[in-house]
Amino acid sequence: MTKVIIKLEADISTDDIYPGRYMATVLPTETPQYCFANRTDLNEKLRGGQFPKGSAIVADHNFGCGSSREQAASALKGFELNIVARSMSRIFLQNAINLGLNVVLCPTIEAEEGDELDIQVDKVINITTGKTFDTVRLPEARQAIIDAGGLIPYTRKRLLETVR
Amino acid sequence: MGMTVVEKILARAAGRASVKAGDVLEPKVDLAMSHENAALVINQFEAIHEGTGIEAKPWAPDRIAIIFDHRVPAESPKTATNQKKIRTFVEKHGISKFHDIRGDVGGICHQILPEYGYVRPGYVVVGTDSHTTSHGALGAFSFGMGATEMASVWTLGYAVNIEVPATIKVVVSGEFADMVGPKDLILHLIGVLTAQGANFRVLEFHGETIRKMTTSGRLAICNMSVEAGATSGIVPADGETMRYLREEAGVTDAITPVTPDNDAVYERVVEIDVSALGPQIACPHTVDNVKNIAEVAGKRVQQIVIGSCTNGRLDDLAVAAGILRGRKVAEGTRMLVFPASGKIFGQAMDKGYIQDFMKAGAVVMNSGCGPCLGVHEGALGDDEVALSTTNRNFKGRMGNPKSEVYLCSPAVAAASAITGVITDPRKA
Ligand code: SF4
Repeated sequence: MTKVIIKLEADISTDDIYPGRYMATVLPTETPQYCFANRTDLNEKLRGGQFPKGSAIVADHNFGCGSSREQAASALKGFELNIVARSMSRIFLQNAINLGLNVVLCPTIEAEEGDELDIQVDKVINITTGKTFDTVRLPEARQAIIDAGGLIPYTRKRLLETVR
Repeated sequence: MGMTVVEKILARAAGRASVKAGDVLEPKVDLAMSHENAALVINQFEAIHEGTGIEAKPWAPDRIAIIFDHRVPAESPKTATNQKKIRTFVEKHGISKFHDIRGDVGGICHQILPEYGYVRPGYVVVGTDSHTTSHGALGAFSFGMGATEMASVWTLGYAVNIEVPATIKVVVSGEFADMVGPKDLILHLIGVLTAQGANFRVLEFHGETIRKMTTSGRLAICNMSVEAGATSGIVPADGETMRYLREEAGVTDAITPVTPDNDAVYERVVEIDVSALGPQIACPHTVDNVKNIAEVAGKRVQQIVIGSCTNGRLDDLAVAAGILRGRKVAEGTRMLVFPASGKIFGQAMDKGYIQDFMKAGAVVMNSGCGPCLGVHEGALGDDEVALSTTNRNFKGRMGNPKSEVYLCSPAVAAASAITGVITDPRKA
């Protein structure tokens, strides 16, 4: 069970999630403080930390569009959030998977802040409204990276196989 | 079954006879580009090697390009220290395609790569920048990725688990009207496709208008393909590509153009006739919020920006200088000009464009990304409006979420600088 703590509109860019002026900050331990830095209410809510691990952000289409900055994924990862979006931009989706941020593609999701969700492999159930929404499975090619716990351990494994 | 350009390129790079959209493969990378975010790539690259007993050495230092452009000269000690760390790495591993902060050979990554002949038709190019789509202008398959994925490429020499994207064929016909050009075409196309209309897809450009377009114009349209979500834009290499690489980039070795098969399979075909197209404006706060100039003409602007990897090239500066020559930037409006590279800056000086800008009251700044991403130089005040030849108008893009950014061509930007309001260059 997970609670929706933030609901967002369509076309949330990586400039929204992690503004350009903080791009010199790269360490995953330091990026979360600047998450949604241009939207004070969201930034304060996240930094306030008054929510359990695994809480959800629900977003409309094209979440993470724009810049390839990986800090957008690492900042969200720092709060151990689930990101449930109607669709996501290719680069953001890949960055999220590479860093082990939990993302769910759910093209028809309807949920409001405060709703309780049950996120399953092939569907998301909004327990508050009683409605069920199908998810789109992530590209199969990416599953191996998820299973390895992210791209760093995955590539490390591949590297060791090459030299062996 | 026939193949698209990108399918052909990926088949070669993965050592297969043929591939089709949806196949998963691991293409060898011909060129791997980063800018200041190489600092994060280096961290991740070292993390991959941690505990393996294997020394962290890039697979092929001559296939890595690193260009400082996003924050030049450094705006903070943090950036300067990142840049210093990258220089040390470059030196240690002998990365030769390195462009430091310099007035002669420096510039924006998406200009430096073509300008120095680093990109060739048929290449697989990856970059830690979303506008890496630009290099499809030279007939390469070129796409953006995050820093960790780049660290993986530096380690293995190929990109892991890449899904062959479906291709949308864009056929462009007709002749541009006066004061209308590639930027108006790509803004119009993004409006038609929407900001996510080409997500996970390639835009392959065809038609007489594209064939007649210079590489500079092709770079602008491939550059902004990502604003429709595209993995890459691509113009199949032709005579113009060869001319550019030989005459402008000074390439002397063999070049092998890749063209699509006649029976290539496209997801869909989009046809555009540009004959009747007028100047286009992308309005706040999404790039697909595109309007004909008549709908926004008269809007007051406080800052004009000409530059970026989209429109900071010599022909862009020529158009703008031609409009501004002998005239003045309006009171209450400031104009900033950022040539895309040191080489372009030099050429613009020789042609007198820089003098035209400065005499008109514009501020000409060093080559680089400048205010495009809102890090330093040219920040906007609350409620101010910028009109810019850059490629993104997201809320806060130029550093201030309380400001607005409109996107346009160099001709519109220059005409509007004179009046201080959004102005149709055909009426200026
Ligand atoms: S000019 Fe702007 S869009 Fe182009 S690389 Fe620089 S920051 Fe990115």
